[in-house]
Amino acid sequence: MECKYQLNNGCMRISMPKEVDHHCAEQLRKEADLLIGAYHVRRLIFDFAGTEFMDSSGIGVLIGRCKNMGYSGGEVSAEHLSERIQKIFVVSGLHKMIRVESDAQEEPN
Amino acid sequence: MKNEMQVEFDAKSVNEGFARVTVAAFLTQLDPTLDEIADVKTAVSEAVTNAIIHGYEGGEGKVCVSCRLNGNQAVITVEDEGVGMEDVKKAMEPFYTTKPELERSGMGFAFMEAFMDEMQVESASGIGTKVIMTKKIGAKEEKDRDGCGDSAH
Repeated sequence: MECKYQLNNGCMRISMPKEVDHHCAEQLRKEADLLIGAYHVRRLIFDFAGTEFMDSSGIGVLIGRCKNMGYSGGEVSAEHLSERIQKIFVVSGLHKMIRVESDAQEEPN
Repeated sequence: MKNEMQVEFDAKSVNEGFARVTVAAFLTQLDPTLDEIADVKTAVSEAVTNAIIHGYEGGEGKVCVSCRLNGNQAVITVEDEGVGMEDVKKAMEPFYTTKPELERSGMGFAFMEAFMDEMQVESASGIGTKVIMTKKIGAKEEKDRDGCGDSAH
């Protein structure tokens, strides 16, 4: 699975796979939880720049991490959503649970 | 035009991608929009995932996916011979899941309903489940083409 994790000062950025479905959900969940626990992650960013497909199994993974981060008072956000992924967020109501950084508002650097 | 295809595969999660891409490829003959293709892929993925996780509960079995084209309408069927459901109505309630420990969001059926025009579920305990979904393809495209035609003349 082409998923990457970047850790920096309590902040973890997860580069989400090309296709976020049930097949990759289990591994993603395990790896993310392991790293969140081991490195005391306070801020979690799901980066969807490389994601073309996501179904409700992906939603489950995101909600699960949100809950876990919530217990420890952490922050969760999502970035670089394509139009399709945005639609999935809206249909599932995920946009009300996770802060979505719109590309337009991002600071250029 | 009528056209039909059918694929059968093992109930393994690695085949979820195969199933949705196969249906999408078959639908290209109807000249669908990217959005329509994405909608169908999502719905097929939900139904196939349900068959694997719930129908066969992660065990062995076969999932059968078929797609029938009738004019610009696609009828997609996803069938398993797994445990089936006693209460289909309950299973279709948003956020209801029998497997919260697997972090299932309980949104599978809601997604199928949202992304397809119609959905029907037939299930019997101990016999299996059949999901039939229909969607009109190319409806938007037709309008666009009409628009282009006008400007070309």
